[in-house]
Amino acid sequence: MNSTTPLAVGDHPHIRIDEGLDLDCGVHLAPIDVAYCTYGTLSARRDNAILICHAFTGDQYVAEQHPLTGKPGWWSSMVGPGKPIDTDRFFVICSNVLGGCMGTTGPRSVRTDSDGDGQELWGTAFPPITIRDMVRAQYKLVRALGIDRLFAVIGGSMGGMQVLEWTVTYPHMMLAAMPIATAPFHSAQNIAFNEVGRQAIIADPDWLAGRYWQAGVVPARGLAVARMMAHITYLSEEALTRKFGRRVRRGPNQGSAPEGPVSLFGDIFEVESYLRYQGSSFVRRFDANSYLTITRAMDWFDIAADHDGEMRAAFIGTPVRFCVVSFSSDWLFPTSSARVLLRALNQAAANVSFVEIETDKGHDAFLLEEPGFDRTVRGFLCGVAEHAGLN
Amino acid sequence: MRLDQRLIAQMIEPRTRVLDIGSGDGSLIDHLFRSRGCDARGIELNMQLVTRSVAHGLPVMHGDADHDLAHYPDHAFDYVVLQRTLQAVENPREVLRQMLRIGRHAIVSFPNFGHWQLRLKLLFSGRMPMTAVWHTPWYETPNIHPCTIRDFLELCRQDGYIVEQWMAVDEEGERAPWRRSIRLANLFGEQALFLLRRRGA
Repeated sequence: MNSTTPLAVGDHPHIRIDEGLDLDCGVHLAPIDVAYCTYGTLSARRDNAILICHAFTGDQYVAEQHPLTGKPGWWSSMVGPGKPIDTDRFFVICSNVLGGCMGTTGPRSVRTDSDGDGQELWGTAFPPITIRDMVRAQYKLVRALGIDRLFAVIGGSMGGMQVLEWTVTYPHMMLAAMPIATAPFHSAQNIAFNEVGRQAIIADPDWLAGRYWQAGVVPARGLAVARMMAHITYLSEEALTRKFGRRVRRGPNQGSAPEGPVSLFGDIFEVESYLRYQGSSFVRRFDANSYLTITRAMDWFDIAADHDGEMRAAFIGTPVRFCVVSFSSDWLFPTSSARVLLRALNQAAANVSFVEIETDKGHDAFLLEEPGFDRTVRGFLCGVAEHAGLN
Repeated sequence: MRLDQRLIAQMIEPRTRVLDIGSGDGSLIDHLFRSRGCDARGIELNMQLVTRSVAHGLPVMHGDADHDLAHYPDHAFDYVVLQRTLQAVENPREVLRQMLRIGRHAIVSFPNFGHWQLRLKLLFSGRMPMTAVWHTPWYETPNIHPCTIRDFLELCRQDGYIVEQWMAVDEEGERAPWRRSIRLANLFGEQALFLLRRRGA
């Protein structure tokens, strides 16, 4: 893993927003770049746009081959012609989040503010950001695309947090919202998992106090460990058992695991091999300082915090039609946390649909093909279109 | 849509806000939206029916009458509907109270335990009656709070609810001709249907 070279910055389609953003922390960040992808065609009345908010380690490449990994888009089962989010009908936008590392301004961007000389990268000097800051950047993009009101905002996990933040910050900017596998605040358990990930990165000698890019290295081992740990939280015990059980991969193959700790017996369990692969492929596409910045933004997320601790106050009078989805085996964002959100939405008499999808695939289920989930997304969007007279 | 659902729909003014508790496959709220322009939403306990409803574009959430009504604010709806479920909830009196807190009107239907067949079966066989309407044996019935039409009217009187309309219908939902006499309705009606409002509402 130590041989991993620094990330290729690459050129991702983006817009530059010269006036920048006022961040929650008080810093004015300008200019900013927002990298994004679109699919489908914006209608003449500009009323068919759906914004998709990606999860923590996702990016804007929703439904096309990823330029770095060569893999299919992370939600290509959901988004495309004839898919539940049908690009023959809707104009789909997805942007890389603020603080990310796939073209939107973040810790790996060149620092162009008055303190920077245009040569340095932001690194750990990048200001702390919030989920709302991410949403503000998306809002600027949406307006720059000439869209006054979105048809829907959809996202899972951290994407779902952004969806909720959209409904609270810009309630009149959308007809419908789908927060999926998410929660109205980050739980102590989730903050704890994030902290383990951060400590793994910081403890890597190659992190170099956040200035690893100057030395031309990346804290690959720390970042991989963070990813391996996080990946376990995205699955479920049933899913791990079904996929790997206690199967062992015999000695000779073990050499192919790059510099992993040597097994006492020269053999490794398949689940170990899988996690190592997840870790090592992750460091090729994700920046360690982005990891620190974004996990911190998730930790600070709490919809009620801006309303004196009263979550329902955030939603009173909301015109948005909500569809909340949870997954039965998701223990990272369990159905019980969706119900906290639902209670607040009911207290505000909001228009809410809520489905818990039965699955053993854990948190990651929202990224995988789940027939009940696909039908829910498709049907909900059709229903919203019908109510809005958009057929 | 069942005939008794048609009778319920006729009680509901167009373009009002409706909450259907136990919305099933969503046919009532679908009808209310399409033909009456209502903002109609549902709560349903059976997750398969919830998914089916949402997949049909209907605003339905998973939940139940006993636990989820308390969260809604006062007067959030014009009508709150509970079809054929009152006898199966944990606390019927509280559910009714919540319905008339969050809604201006409550529409309640329930199977009438005062029906003559039930009375005769209990009298002559000495065993829990089983009929087309009451068809599950006592040890597995979800209907833990059966009541008669007269019982229900007594509860409405005690809790100060005004009966705006009532009717007794047979199992298929045909309106039955005992509208003048509650005693006859209580003897011959298989299902009872009430439109209530709170005193002063």
